[in-house]
Amino acid sequence: MKFDIYDFSVLTASIHESLGSMMGETAVMITEMVIVGVIFLTLFAVLGLALVYAERKVCAFFQQRLGPMRVGFWGTAQTVADAIKLLLKEPLMTKSADKFLFNLAPFIIIIASFMAIAAVPFALGLQALDLDIGVFYVTAVSSIGVAGILLAGWASNNKFSLIGAMRSGAQIVSYELSVGLSLLTIVVLTGSLQFSEIIESQREGWWIFRGHIPAFIAFVIFLIAGTAETNRGPFDLAEAESELTAGFHTEYSGMKFAFFFLAEFVNMFIIAAIGATMFLGGWMPLHFGELTSFNEIMDFIPPLFWFLGKTAFLIFIMMWFKWTFPRLRIDQLLTLEWKYLLPINLINILVMAFIVLMGWYF
Amino acid sequence: MSVKELHKATESQEYFVNMGPQHPSTHGVLRLLLTLDGETVTKVEPHLGYIHRSIEKMCEKDSYQQIVHLTDRMDYLSCHMNNEAVCLAVERGLEIEVSDRVKVIRTIMSELTRLSSHQLWWGVMGMDLGAITSFLYGFRDREMITDIFEETCGARLTMNYNIPGGVMFDIPANFQTKVKEFITHFRQKLPEYDQLMTNNIIFRNRTEGIGVLTKEDAISYGVTGPSGRASGWSNDIRKSHPYSAYDRVDFKEIVYTEGDSFARYKARIQEMWESMNIIEQLIDNIPEGNYQEKTRAVIKLPKMEIYQSVETARGELGVYINSDGKKNPYRVKFRSPGFSNLNALNTMAKGGKIADLVTIMSTIDLVIPDIDR
Amino acid sequence: MRGIINYIKEVVSGVKTLINGMKVTGYYISHPKEIITQQYPENRDTLKMMDRFRGEVIMPHDENNEHACTGCQACEIACPNGTIEIIQDRILNEETGKKKKTILKFVYHLQMCTMCNLCIPACPTDAIKMGQNFEHAVFDRSQLTKVLNKPGSKLRDGVEE
Repeated sequence: MKFDIYDFSVLTASIHESLGSMMGETAVMITEMVIVGVIFLTLFAVLGLALVYAERKVCAFFQQRLGPMRVGFWGTAQTVADAIKLLLKEPLMTKSADKFLFNLAPFIIIIASFMAIAAVPFALGLQALDLDIGVFYVTAVSSIGVAGILLAGWASNNKFSLIGAMRSGAQIVSYELSVGLSLLTIVVLTGSLQFSEIIESQREGWWIFRGHIPAFIAFVIFLIAGTAETNRGPFDLAEAESELTAGFHTEYSGMKFAFFFLAEFVNMFIIAAIGATMFLGGWMPLHFGELTSFNEIMDFIPPLFWFLGKTAFLIFIMMWFKWTFPRLRIDQLLTLEWKYLLPINLINILVMAFIVLMGWYF
Repeated sequence: MSVKELHKATESQEYFVNMGPQHPSTHGVLRLLLTLDGETVTKVEPHLGYIHRSIEKMCEKDSYQQIVHLTDRMDYLSCHMNNEAVCLAVERGLEIEVSDRVKVIRTIMSELTRLSSHQLWWGVMGMDLGAITSFLYGFRDREMITDIFEETCGARLTMNYNIPGGVMFDIPANFQTKVKEFITHFRQKLPEYDQLMTNNIIFRNRTEGIGVLTKEDAISYGVTGPSGRASGWSNDIRKSHPYSAYDRVDFKEIVYTEGDSFARYKARIQEMWESMNIIEQLIDNIPEGNYQEKTRAVIKLPKMEIYQSVETARGELGVYINSDGKKNPYRVKFRSPGFSNLNALNTMAKGGKIADLVTIMSTIDLVIPDIDR
Repeated sequence: MRGIINYIKEVVSGVKTLINGMKVTGYYISHPKEIITQQYPENRDTLKMMDRFRGEVIMPHDENNEHACTGCQACEIACPNGTIEIIQDRILNEETGKKKKTILKFVYHLQMCTMCNLCIPACPTDAIKMGQNFEHAVFDRSQLTKVLNKPGSKLRDGVEE
């Protein structure tokens, strides 16, 4: 029995129709934008809560302990308690800090995250922005976050925050290259930059299996560069600066610090989502070309769960990196990128292009 | 600071940073005044004294049995070895010979303490470098040793088990079983430490070639313990002036020649293996005998000066007792290993980066109460 | 050519060591039986300390509310920092008609005690021993100055030899 994948565009079209019958053109557009904004805000909040709890539990299980257990059932309300604590804190600001830029910096980072998450495909038809330059748009927009970090470091008027922000900026700018290039490797296979088309082209099987060796190398590079982009894991010298200060967000407290914190986890989700989309098929269930009965069984699980499962798996790998490895020093970080990841990436793209020309992929 | 230094400081690009008394990676309350030039460290100046509790002064009013419990709190990770040092000094002054059973028990407890101190050092080193998981693994293994201590002495950290003349209680019935269980368990876990950190390429890049201490500098600063032995200076007191049961066991002295942080790291890991060998040789045949020699209730040393040194987990701890015939010592002085090791920090960290300073500090294994007393 | 081969070897061996390290942590997260946390206030019923555990000094009284402390002050002398204070007096003993030294109060300052265990072996009559209670946190500091002999208790007969 074939189970058709539910198309959310049917639902969105019907909502559009019913709104259109109630009010004029511009009013419909504005209402829709407000609805999408509210949904994404809720998504942010829920993601933040869930990811922080997951991080604490996963970290605890790696370390043979239990993690939060008291607040709520098995500690599920712990993040809520943390959020309330952060809300109640006094929002400090040093007198000599640049007021406007100081307050603006967290918002820039959140805006960058919002713009990136708008293009992520959650299920068939469940995508806020389906641009035909999807991949290009996401890489471009995630660069806006760097401006927020540099502003935060500069506006704090604190030389250690500035050093931390500069380091962080250099790190993010370098690793964006690697992220972009590894995504390009898959674009060479699909021939299109649009997310929905990329996922459609994985109906016969995910690219990581079909693109064999170059795709796998690109996946590994994407994971490494992705963790470096979000200042996480073994690349968190800028903020886990237990040597001197807490990096660029030293001077922030209360809700603004919560924004930085939240943005880090949401960025991790976005990197995992993009990775899942490009390499692991997004919301496409696991299909193996010829085995139709197997494919039909896989289709029973709704695509939304496939997407969330794959993203969770990639997030788990990123957490695994963080809790196992010591930190890299800043010069070792940059050496890794410019001397190792970038040459390997470029050669990989050449190899992939050659393979596509010869047709040596599944 | 002299006028010349002040001039240099105001004209050049150098600036001062306080790695202040409260800091996550200085293992205690230690204030380091760093002079930085951009990212490079040009001078490190430690300021001590934040946890000075005048232990040496308090020893002047206590009797000889009572000064032992104060030494617990100096280098709290090598508790038994500190107690042993004072007891050996007093026994030498009284010229009493303890039984073989006491010697073997003291050696086994000292080696267990050395193991637990190195386990904690390994955990904290990983944590300083960013691999927070290693902290928990070190403490999990250390838990078995503290359970053994709790069963034997009654306390987990400040044991006060040695007294002049022997030990306070006899070992409990299941001491040997438990220690053997621990050795079997830890022999399997120590290769995991290697898998997790020693062979890790990130860890190697962060410790190899960092903070080199040459042999001449080590001898001139008096850096004892594994930090000095990693620079090629063989200064193990257990080999040169054996005390307790060390003359009847067979163990290697771990000496490396590179003198960098990785050599210091390797020296401690190898010491853990050697400690397990020593315990295995002694645990099966603990000789029968007294666990406590009879001394008078009030001990009075004749008018003399005694110096006794032992090898703690950090280096040579020396106890100097000057008595003038009364029931309290006239002056007690402790030569602490951490004090001399800390002095070499400036030589090792000069010219490196701040991140390297943290690595170096965790490899020389400082315990600040030991330095300040 | 040699440079390229070295480069590739470096990358491959580096990645191998990293995966080796990940195997260790991966083992522990896939074996939840290895969790060693004990959830403290919930496991108070089953918690048992070791016999020699040094919690605090207590003076055991038997069923007739009698203790074994003769007031010899050996523990007060052995204590390094004055944690034990014995208040005693010569009281007329009605039966024999002689004045005898008996203790009125055995004051124990828990806030100063270092649990060094020097007082217990010093006692010639085994009157005091180390208890196993470790929950000493209080809100009022005066509760930390304890009187160890219970009111109305007296010396057990036949202890003095």
